[in-house]
This record gives sequence, C-alpha cells and structure tokens, in this order.
Amino acid sequence: MPDLGRAALVTSFLLLVYAVVGGSYAAWRGRRRLAESAQNALVAAFGATVVAAIVLLAALARHDFSFRYVAEHTSRELPLGYSLTAFWGGQEGSLLLWLLVLCGYSAAAVLTARRAGREVIAWVVPTLGLVGTFFALLLVFVASPLATQVAPADGAGLNPSLQNPYMAVHPPLLYLGYVGLTVPFAFAMGALLARRTDERWIVATRRWTLAAWAFLGVGQLLGAHWAYVEIGWGGYYAWDPVENAALMPWLAATAFLHSVMIQEKRGMLKVWNVLLVVLAFCLSLFGTFLTRSGIIQSIHSFTQSSIGPWFLGFICVITAGALTLVFLRLPLLRSKTRLESLVSREATFLYNNLLLVALALTILWGVVYPLLSEAVTGTAATVSKPYYNFFLHSFGLPLLLLMGIGPLVAWRRASLRALGRTFLWPLAAAVVAGAVLLAAGAGSSRIGVIAYTFSVFVLASIVLEFARGTSARRALGGVGWGGAFSSLVARNRRRYGGYIVHAAVVLLAIGVAGSSAYQTVREKRLHPGNSMTVAGNRLVFRGFESRLEGNHRAIRALVDVYRGSDYLGRYRPGKNQYFAEDQISNEVSIRHDLLTGGDLFLIADQVNADGSVDLKALQKPLVNLLWLAGFVFVGGALIALWPDAREERRLAERYEGAAVRA
Amino acid sequence: MSAALVGALVALSCVVVVAVPFLRDPDAQDDRLLRPGEAEQRRLALAEERDRALAALQELEFDHRTGKVSDDDYREVVGVLRRRAAEALRAVG
Repeated sequence: MPDLGRAALVTSFLLLVYAVVGGSYAAWRGRRRLAESAQNALVAAFGATVVAAIVLLAALARHDFSFRYVAEHTSRELPLGYSLTAFWGGQEGSLLLWLLVLCGYSAAAVLTARRAGREVIAWVVPTLGLVGTFFALLLVFVASPLATQVAPADGAGLNPSLQNPYMAVHPPLLYLGYVGLTVPFAFAMGALLARRTDERWIVATRRWTLAAWAFLGVGQLLGAHWAYVEIGWGGYYAWDPVENAALMPWLAATAFLHSVMIQEKRGMLKVWNVLLVVLAFCLSLFGTFLTRSGIIQSIHSFTQSSIGPWFLGFICVITAGALTLVFLRLPLLRSKTRLESLVSREATFLYNNLLLVALALTILWGVVYPLLSEAVTGTAATVSKPYYNFFLHSFGLPLLLLMGIGPLVAWRRASLRALGRTFLWPLAAAVVAGAVLLAAGAGSSRIGVIAYTFSVFVLASIVLEFARGTSARRALGGVGWGGAFSSLVARNRRRYGGYIVHAAVVLLAIGVAGSSAYQTVREKRLHPGNSMTVAGNRLVFRGFESRLEGNHRAIRALVDVYRGSDYLGRYRPGKNQYFAEDQISNEVSIRHDLLTGGDLFLIADQVNADGSVDLKALQKPLVNLLWLAGFVFVGGALIALWPDAREERRLAERYEGAAVRA
Repeated sequence: MSAALVGALVALSCVVVVAVPFLRDPDAQDDRLLRPGEAEQRRLALAEERDRALAALQELEFDHRTGKVSDDDYREVVGVLRRRAAEALRAVG
C-alpha cells in the first residue's frame, strides 16, 4: 500500500512538471495538441493525488502504524472519525490536502473556464502546474506522509485540541479558501502572459474567487467557534499569527471582490486588481508557510521542520515573478477612464480598498516583526493585542461605516441634495441608537458605542436599499411586493448577495463589540458548597465527578447556576486527561441564552487536590451573533454565487462568439 | 503485488489521458493554438465597452428611481451616457 501511494505521488509530480514544461512550450510556440495534453496532465494529476490520498486515509482508518505519519498522529484508542481527520492534523498530511485541493481546483477551473480564451488557458495551465509542482516536490522529496517504518505497538495519538468535531470541517474549508485563491492568480498571470488584459480572466474566475473567499471566511468563523468551545480560554480570536495568516488573504480577496466591480463597470483599476490577486495569493502561501515551517509558536502550527526555507524561496520566486510580469505589462493595463468624483460609489470602493489593504498590511507587519527582530537581534519582539486592536479600531470602524455609505451613493458622482435625501433615515436611526445606548449606560466603552452606532447605520442603509429597490421595481408595474423583491435580487445577485454579506459583517461587529467591550470576568477558588456571582448569575460549586470516556478520563466540576431564585441548570466545566497523548485539555461549559444572544462561559482553570476548583466565569453579551453571522454570510455568498441566466446569456453573446471565431 | 499492479494501472491511465490529444488527432493538419486576431480582439474590446455603457445607463436609471441621483444630475448625465451607449452599439455593429 505505501508503495502505491508513493507511486501515485511521484506520478502526480511528474504530470505537474509536464504541465509546466509542456504547457509553457505549447503556450509560447502556439502548439494546440501539446497545450491540450498539458491541460489533461492537470486532470490526471488530480486522479493520481486522489489515489495517494485514499492510501493515506486507508492507513489512518486501519491504524497502520507502519506509516510513520499514522503512528505520529493517531493511536489505537482514537475514534475512527478523529483518525480520519488526522489526515490534516499533521504537516505532511495537510500538505497532501493542499495538493489534492489544488489539483481538484486546477482540473475543474481549466475544464470549465472556456470563456477565458484558449490562449489564456494555455498559460494558466503551466501557472497552476508550477504551484502544484512545488507542493508535489515537497511531498515526494522532503515531507512524505507515506514514509514507512517498523510499526510500533501504538501511536502517539492526536493533539487533544484537534479531537473536536470542528476539525472535520474547519481545516478543509480553510484549505478550500487558501488554495482557491490560486485560481484567480493563475488566470491573472495567464492573461498577462498571453497579453490579454481584457475582462475575460475576471469573468472566468468570478465564481472561483467568490467561492474561495466564502470558504476562507466560513473556515475562519468555524475556527473561531472551535477556539471558543475547545481551547478553553474564553475567547474566539487571539490575534495568533496563524489566525492572522488566514485573515490577511481574506482581507486582500475582499478588497479585490470590491475593486473588480470598478473594473467591470468603469474599466478602471486594472493594475490594482492584478496586484490584489497577487497579494491575496502570496498571503495565502505565506499563511501556509507560517503554519508549516514551525517558525512560530502557535496552537495551530506544526513542529519545527525543514520545509520553511523551501516555502520562503517559493514565495520569493512567485512574488518576484508576478511583480515583474505586472511591470512588463503595465502599458497594456492602462485605464482609459478616470475617477469622476471623490463622492461616488467607485470612490467609496476605493476608500474601502485602501482600508482593507492597510489593515492586511499592518497585520502582516505584526506577524513579521517578531520574526525579523529575532533574525536581526536574536530576541523576538512581541506584538500583542493592543497593537492589533488599535489598527482594528482605526481601520475597521471606518470600514464598517463605509459599508453603510457605499450603497447610498450613486455611481460616477453624487450631489449634496441627493446625498441628504438618501442619508436621512440611516443617519437618524444611527443617532437615535447612539443616544439610546448612551442613556442605557453603554458609554463605558467608547469603541463599543461607536461600533453599535455605525452598525445601526449600516443595517438601516441595507434595509433602505432593499426597500427602495423593491419599490422602484414594483413601480415598473406588473408585480406585487414579493415579486418585485425577488426580481430585484434575481436581477443583481452579486449586489444584493453582497448586501446580505454586509449584514453578516454587521452582526459580527455587534457580537465582537458586545462580547469584548462589555464582557464581565470573575475568578474565584471554590470549595464544595461555595458560590460566586457573575453578571447577576450565582454559581454554586457542588464537587467533582470523574468518568472514563474512550481514550481519556473526564473530570468535571459540578456547578449549579441560579439567577435570583430561579435554578438555571447544572454545568460541568473540567479537564480531560488523554492517556496516549499524555496531555490534559480544558473542557469548558457554556450556557447559551438565545433570548439575549449572550453566553455564560465557565472554565475550571485548576482542579485542586484538596477538592477545590479555581473557577473562571465570563458573561459574554451578544457573542452568539458571531455564529449567527456565519449563517447569514453563507446565505449572502450563495445568493452572490448563484448563476444568473440573463448574465450568462449576455456573456455568452459577448465571448462565445469569439471562441467560435478564434 | 496487487498494489504494484494498481500503481502501474494508475500511471498507465495517466499517460493515456495525457496522450489523448495526440492519439485522437495523430496527423493534425493544423496544430496551431489559435489566437484571436487584431480584428477579433478589437471586437471583444468594443463588446465590453458596449456592455459597460449599457450597464452604466441602467445603473443611472435605477439610481434615479431609488433617489440616489437627483433630477438635475440625472438630466446632466443621461444624455452623455446615452450617446456613449449608442456609439458603442454602432461600433460593435
């Protein structure tokens, strides 16, 4: 079996090398059959990688410890589900997942993207092949998940933090996002190499980019929920370098999704859009480098390894190559049109882009600075939460406000009178909300009040956009309110799907502000019968219970929760002691209040030998809006992704004629 | 043994998939990767310009109906956009 997997990986590597060499020659010399053959090599590489992945999955399922990777990441007692998710629980397996997803994306993208034009696809194939070759090279020569050894009696087990149902979906979704950003990058490079700087590459990759961005967004939110319920520190985002590594490409991709609309509508920002695609892809590679190289200490990162220099070299080559290409093609990327007014929809998109990129780059600096300082001075400087919070507030709050302003401003230019009319209701709603919040005592956090006030402004502008749009469509006659509403959304799915995504971001902002700016934290050592109070809840510690659960022993503190004289239930924060892994994990207990959206979050910080517990209790208002935001985000992304028959016909008329004539 | 056989089959299948374009058309009369000529590239650019102009006109109408564009602004801009759309339509032919 390991030989089969290794042979499949070598086959995949050779096919990808062929896609690069053969594909480049075919594109350069204009050889049709060789170009098609190189394209087929990408499809075949996907098949070969699937075989390698099946071999590893089978070894994980059978606990075949003759595979070194299986022995290092599973144990006999590890449940089957977690044994399978150990596929991406370690470095070599996650590299194989990268390659698998990349080959899948590559095959699907080149087979379905007819509109990009053959001459562009011919260059897209070697670009995708180049990225694939790098990962296949690592898997074949540097970090094989299929390396074998003399089988030990038992494996080392899986990190307890990774023994969580979220592990089944969080990493694969992140990978679908990270790797998916390769597609727009490859098409942008393909278009530049083929000297085709029209919109075809954008049209061909529109859905791929949106899907990758959505996967990355949902993956991060699932990661935040995993951290919240599993890591046991009471938060969901810690500005950990690896968390930041996923956030940075997402911010760059968000900027691209907005600025590309300006190129489509006005023919502007061609250079900027290509640069954003390069930035998003390089940041996704950098994120993978951070996780895989072991260069940083993080719960997400794997142990020190030899692949760091390989990654760094590859990132440098890709970045230098892409920037050189953009520079060489600058004459082809010049826009004929210019911004007409600084008060227009496209101008708000531009401001949004500047803020998003500034936020991404300041986060990047926060991640890179400790590494650079360690390399130069030998001591790693610490960039902590206040740094990130400062920039989140400085750039994030204006971004939030712009989400409300943008939809209210017309394309090209807007007069003061029109602005006054469209801003009236959202502004009034925001002012009233701000006043109510201050009267209700929310002024203890200035940032919190600003975030809530801006959120109300954005929500009001979104509601107004739907209401005015529906009304305008209804005025055209022939349909009722329902018909007008659905026709409005169906005729411009990207715009209205985007507004729903904006609503999700607002929910996220409200949840973050509520659960961080207004949270209450209490800590106390409790002996059985002792109690403590947090945000009006009385917590009474009753003692411990202990039981054996599969591969671990669970120790739980029994905490009865009361509000006034009402008994709200028994909660069980505690610890799990994992035998094979020889590790102890925190197991939190959470009381969700669906009516208020808040949580009572209990952590048994220390289980003491004298029968007492060091209990930490956090009251986190509105935190559940974060998770609700995830569902709204998915809904908005699906609407934006859903095919639009009218648009498809228009593009077919525009481009497929060209394919026939070509 | 069976694993080696499966491995060989996988490799062979991949080679066949890669060779398909040459197997299907061994004596190709024309093996050129066709690139659109100057005229076709110009037509595409004009078609994109036409769609952009029509979309701009639609946006303006919609923004006017939803109150984002005042009557004065609408009157000032609509003529320019209509002329541009008409020119783009004429250019595409």
